[in-house]
Amino acid sequence: MDQSSPSTTLSIAVRVWRGSARGGSFDTFAVPQQPSQTILDVVTWIQRHADASLSYRFACRVGMCGSCAMMVNGIPRWTCRTHVNKVMRNNSLTIEPLRNLPVIKDLACDMTEFFDKWKQAEGHFHGSRTRHDGVARLSPNSPQRRVADAATECINCAICYASCDVVDWNRDYLGPAALNRAWSLQNDERDVAGARRLAAVGGDAGCHQCHSQQGCATYCPNELNPTASIAGLKRMVMKAYVKGDLPTRGDGEHA
Amino acid sequence: MLEMRLYLAQRISAAIIAPLVLIHLGMMIYAIQGGLDAAEILARTRGSFWWAANYGLFVVAVAVHAAIGLRNVLREWFALRGLMLATLAWASFALLLISGLRAVGAVVLL
Repeated sequence: MDQSSPSTTLSIAVRVWRGSARGGSFDTFAVPQQPSQTILDVVTWIQRHADASLSYRFACRVGMCGSCAMMVNGIPRWTCRTHVNKVMRNNSLTIEPLRNLPVIKDLACDMTEFFDKWKQAEGHFHGSRTRHDGVARLSPNSPQRRVADAATECINCAICYASCDVVDWNRDYLGPAALNRAWSLQNDERDVAGARRLAAVGGDAGCHQCHSQQGCATYCPNELNPTASIAGLKRMVMKAYVKGDLPTRGDGEHA
Repeated sequence: MLEMRLYLAQRISAAIIAPLVLIHLGMMIYAIQGGLDAAEILARTRGSFWWAANYGLFVVAVAVHAAIGLRNVLREWFALRGLMLATLAWASFALLLISGLRAVGAVVLL
């Protein structure tokens, strides 16, 4: 599967994981090095010039859609915004599908469980207004809005999910992205499902499973801090529980 | 909600342990001023209500705190669940509690 490159161009030895949920192995490609080359450029070059059967996922190519995350030299990264010269070691790269998610084929993961957990964490907005009530007026400078804003720029790339050891240990754990989303909504003054959401994130697979290892905060490409959001949820759930305001919920595993 | 309750119990027990550790360190320094002699130390600890209360509470808090921590390790690293997990967690709690209270009793009871 090795692909020779023009002798005048430096090449990168790229190991790419190939396979499916049943297993797989690495193929190695020699990819010509280019200025300002991203990891996504490398993967695209392989698919267009070396092996058209390589499967991967991307959309916007500018760091907005969260589709192209992969493991690069063992670290989860958004490949469209990751420059080769910043992550290459000894002129070589190892590219794998995201950790903690089932593989569909090659570098494309099945994101179903990731988005299902958003739903389980009540990661959607519950408003009380109708289209006849007009737009809610919020101060962007209120402390609560600032907290909500700090957690709101998630692009659903699942890099935090791939970096989380607790997800690896406990497959039911809701994960950093879903909990970060729940925290943002808990601080949205327009949302009216706070109690229900606290019950959802306070379950046996919820926020109290987090060990605050901060892998999510370390690797989030948008520099969000899901660990801090989860810590906020822990405090919020605790206060509700102590006050007797936490609704019981029959979901979650029972250990 | 079991996990959340265990989380709360572990934090409360940690809040109890922290000041007791400081008291323990201070007490050690105080206790050896007259020399590190078993008979001399036992003369102070035997029959002492405050010594028994301090270390008795310490043992109970440690048994709760450590058993929950061990349960987390067993759950996450060894994927134990259900009866096996509960049995091992309660066993570690009982072991720590009984051995700790036995040690406290040995130096307090006349």
